[in-house]
Amino acid sequence: MFIALRDLRFARGRFALMGAVVALVALLMVLLTGLATGLADDNVSAIADLPATHLAFSAESGVKFNQSTVTADQWQALRSVPGVADAAPVGNSLFNGHVYADHAQADKARTEVLANGKATSADTAGAPAVDLALFGVEPGSFVAPVQTAGERLAAGSDGVVVSDDLARKKGVKVGDVLVLDRVGLELPVVGITRKANFGHVPVVFAPLQVWQKATFGSTRAVATFVAVRADDAFVPATADQAQRLTTVTRTAAFDGSPGYKEETGTLVMIEGFLYVIAGMLVAAFFTVWTIQRTAEIGLLKALGARTGYVVRDAIGQAAIVLVGATALGLGLGLGLGAAMPGNAPFALKPVPVLGAGALLVVMGLLGSAVSIRRIAKIDPLIALTGGNAGAR
Amino acid sequence: MSLQLDTINLTLGDGDQQVVALDNVNLAVAPGELVAVLGPSGSGKSSLLAVAGLLLRPSTGRVSIDGTDVTDLGDRERAQRRADRIGFVFQAANLVPSLSVREQLLLIEHLRGGRPRLAEQRADRLLEAVGLTSRAGHRPGQLSGGERQRAGIARALMNEPGILLADEPTSALDRARGRAVVELLAQQAHEREVATLMVTHDTSMLDVADRVLEMRDGQLAPRAPVAA
Repeated sequence: MFIALRDLRFARGRFALMGAVVALVALLMVLLTGLATGLADDNVSAIADLPATHLAFSAESGVKFNQSTVTADQWQALRSVPGVADAAPVGNSLFNGHVYADHAQADKARTEVLANGKATSADTAGAPAVDLALFGVEPGSFVAPVQTAGERLAAGSDGVVVSDDLARKKGVKVGDVLVLDRVGLELPVVGITRKANFGHVPVVFAPLQVWQKATFGSTRAVATFVAVRADDAFVPATADQAQRLTTVTRTAAFDGSPGYKEETGTLVMIEGFLYVIAGMLVAAFFTVWTIQRTAEIGLLKALGARTGYVVRDAIGQAAIVLVGATALGLGLGLGLGAAMPGNAPFALKPVPVLGAGALLVVMGLLGSAVSIRRIAKIDPLIALTGGNAGAR
Repeated sequence: MSLQLDTINLTLGDGDQQVVALDNVNLAVAPGELVAVLGPSGSGKSSLLAVAGLLLRPSTGRVSIDGTDVTDLGDRERAQRRADRIGFVFQAANLVPSLSVREQLLLIEHLRGGRPRLAEQRADRLLEAVGLTSRAGHRPGQLSGGERQRAGIARALMNEPGILLADEPTSALDRARGRAVVELLAQQAHEREVATLMVTHDTSMLDVADRVLEMRDGQLAPRAPVAA
């Protein structure tokens, strides 16, 4: 890259302009992946963090969390399927509720909800309102949350373990009482677990029976889906047929969360366009740059440079600009991401960010490769008959 | 002979546009000899250089360099021959704009994949020989026309060529500077035993040449003696 490096310095204005565009695309890419990761986290982190390999939904549900109901027979049967180490029911419904620090107030709110359908007094209705996803799990099962503060879930108790998100954003603490709107169930907070979200709201883990009471008004032996821990010997199709279930991998189940497919689909489309645009931009730049260098390339060939040498020089130059600009853009994006307000659905993880950077560089290189044919076609004869390399 | 052209014919274009650029041209240039080719524009001078410089293949006839027939070599081998054996001095120098004078010379060694250490020494000696030591770090844009052409000559000598081909080296220069450049070319050709073929339409430089040929309608002939 004898010439490439010197050209970079010589025409630094032009390359800086082009690099700035690539850097801005990289910056935008970081923000988009951050948003994608953040939204996904916000929507399905509770599912993503389940220590399960597969999720089994009722066959008629179409693998939708809000349409699936599984029975005790089904999850018990799953436990004896070859390859399955364990299977545990999980109930999942969305609720609203209010948080009370004072138990007497919580009792009052509950009475009002049961009588009038909602808390009516100034003090009870004015308590902090929360949206939550109630997850019912059997205490002691492998899907039960690991508490970071307070106690774990206990059978026969109404005590719940809440997502750290609820603690941080709503100030919920161990000892508070959650009263569910409309059903009037009182759920004392006994523990905090790490951040878990579902459907863009924080998760509250309750014993399965409490979830059943909240959802059906009585304890029916049903849940929303079965979390399955299995190895390679597990053949979901066989179990599905016998039990009228639809079993999918944990990650495939994300699509069953309301809005997940649409959100990620939109962002993937925007990112896709951005990659294509970036590739075309770089292609346009290097096409014009190559045209400007035609006389110089002809001269180099006349002086004995092979086409391969000139091409390597040009692609190397593109790689330097792309890697440099992308790194700059990623750096700026990470900086901006760090300054993002805490409650925005935004999360930066190394793999998607670095992946986006690498893909951007690859697209840019593909774009720059468009000029290879042009370089190859330049006839060294123009050094004698045509223009002068110094004319650009 | 360093450069030998045997019965070269070159037809350019096709159909009605066909032009006979070189018509039965024979030419041999010995090591250390400076041959000037005179002729009006369009007479085929550039075509002669292009064929001798392995940039164009003749329609018929043979081209030999250092006694080896190179007529039928492929593009890669021709590029290699140009890099190894041929020095070009172009009109208006034709330097790479982003490189300093010294780098123009080092580039030649780089293209050949040679050893940088020796190349640096040779480059510095050549720059001294053409009087550009003090301008070694300047880019073409910072040089005068004469300096550029002297840099071009130094570059052409960088690969220690057997053949030096100069295309109107004085066309962008005034009379005095042009003369200095041609004298430098002749001096280097003689000192370094390089077979030099210079194409020009400037008759005032001809006394420097060892031999003067004239090109007319693609045919090459010794120049009719003119009373001084």
